[in-house]
Amino acid sequence: MDLDLILNSFPKLLSASIITLKLLSVSLMIGMFIGLFFAILRIKNNIIFGKIAYVYSYIFRGTPLLVQIFIIYYGFGQVEFIRESFLWIILKEPYWCAVIAFALNTGAYTSEILRSAFQTIKPGYIEAGKSLGVANKIIFYKIQIPIAIRQSLPAYGNEIILMLKGTSLASTVTLMDLTGVAKYIISTTFKPIEVFVIAGSIYLFMTFIIHNLIKFLEKKYSF
Amino acid sequence: MNIFKKFGLGLLISLFLTISANADKIRIGTEGAYPPWNSKDASGKLIGFEVELAWALCRYIGQQCVIVEQDWDGMIPALQMRKFDAIMAGMSITDERKKVITFSQGYADEVASLAVMKGSDLEGMDTPEGVNLTLGGSGVNKALKTITGALAGKTVCTQTGTIHQNFLESGDVGKVNVRTYKTQDDVNLDLASGRCDVALAAAVAFTDYAEKSGKPVVLVGPTFSGGAFGNGVGVGLRQASQMGEDSAQGKRDAALLKAFNKAIDQARKDGVITRLAIKHFGFDASM
Repeated sequence: MDLDLILNSFPKLLSASIITLKLLSVSLMIGMFIGLFFAILRIKNNIIFGKIAYVYSYIFRGTPLLVQIFIIYYGFGQVEFIRESFLWIILKEPYWCAVIAFALNTGAYTSEILRSAFQTIKPGYIEAGKSLGVANKIIFYKIQIPIAIRQSLPAYGNEIILMLKGTSLASTVTLMDLTGVAKYIISTTFKPIEVFVIAGSIYLFMTFIIHNLIKFLEKKYSF
Repeated sequence: MNIFKKFGLGLLISLFLTISANADKIRIGTEGAYPPWNSKDASGKLIGFEVELAWALCRYIGQQCVIVEQDWDGMIPALQMRKFDAIMAGMSITDERKKVITFSQGYADEVASLAVMKGSDLEGMDTPEGVNLTLGGSGVNKALKTITGALAGKTVCTQTGTIHQNFLESGDVGKVNVRTYKTQDDVNLDLASGRCDVALAAAVAFTDYAEKSGKPVVLVGPTFSGGAFGNGVGVGLRQASQMGEDSAQGKRDAALLKAFNKAIDQARKDGVITRLAIKHFGFDASM
């Protein structure tokens, strides 16, 4: 173990984890909206929209995240008309390619998590609302969505942690996230063990925080 | 003897046979993604200048060889962890690498060059044909200044952990916006897509890509050598001191260095390196 290397690379890795957290939070936020949208499509009894939502989640849950990033980054970069369209302003940047891939991926999982949460809401809650004469829209926003979010917290916490680890794939499209910087340091020092151990510990620490945050929220909103 | 015991014994025997069969073979690590130095054909077989040279050197040494594939970014750690015994992967001999491994004498020399897509505003850069950083002088300084100006504000792409990255980050050409990739193939793809304004690698890596893909990649500016670009490409080997010079492994590593140096001498004398270089590079890159 090279103590100097550990001390030197720790601050560099720590500042790189800001990019990791940025990637994670931005893609989770976009993914949450995508997920909620497709989950609602799934529970409404519209066959065509339901099928579209199903196919979306099927494709993004059924292919590796790495492949999705590669298609969005290297694949789209090869297509002439995408390069000449306005899309290229966004797709030119590795950061946005990664965010798009992560958001679409986590959106697919989130839609499944929320869908099952919606479907497990006891009919009694909705009936109670109806018998009090509450409008359907308000039942949906004030009863169904809050309960669904509470129900899906444990599963969603898992998804956040999976996504945190998934962001390490951003380094494959030249982003200098935690894994990217770790690889960079290794390429100049040739010492993988020390650097990866620190990078791993930082990931572990972030997981620890997320895990406890979710646990806290679960307790707070338990019923 | 029940079936499990029989099975276990069989497994042990086959394991033993594999280990003993590989014990005296020289394992050579290469990347397989840096044509024309080393690459893979459609069937996944390793091909290229260094693959053929490796077989030739092994014949001179008189020992059996296995060529092992290894990603570039883990090449030196893999050598140190004894995944293989020698690196032949277009690896230039640099002082930085010499701190952790040792090199045989050089067998080939490459020059580096910047490359852009046709139509880039970097085309027609006014610089001398070649810049040798070791020699220095006013001509070199002037050329570096021109390049510094040309690269300002541009995204410069290169492969991770290469002499090219070291050069771009050395400050010789100012503060450059460097983007690094796992393989040269990825650099080429992003150069063609326009994400990279300009790329830096071995000149032959670009000419080979332009020829095979038909993409209008053109070399610009001078060819670089010396300084951060090292002193030619050699066989990377473990330092004998890594395991202790008196240990069996340390002695084997020291003997390998001698054997490779001798084999390269012979291959050079017989014209093997020159012949292979002309076959793969189109010119005599031997040294």
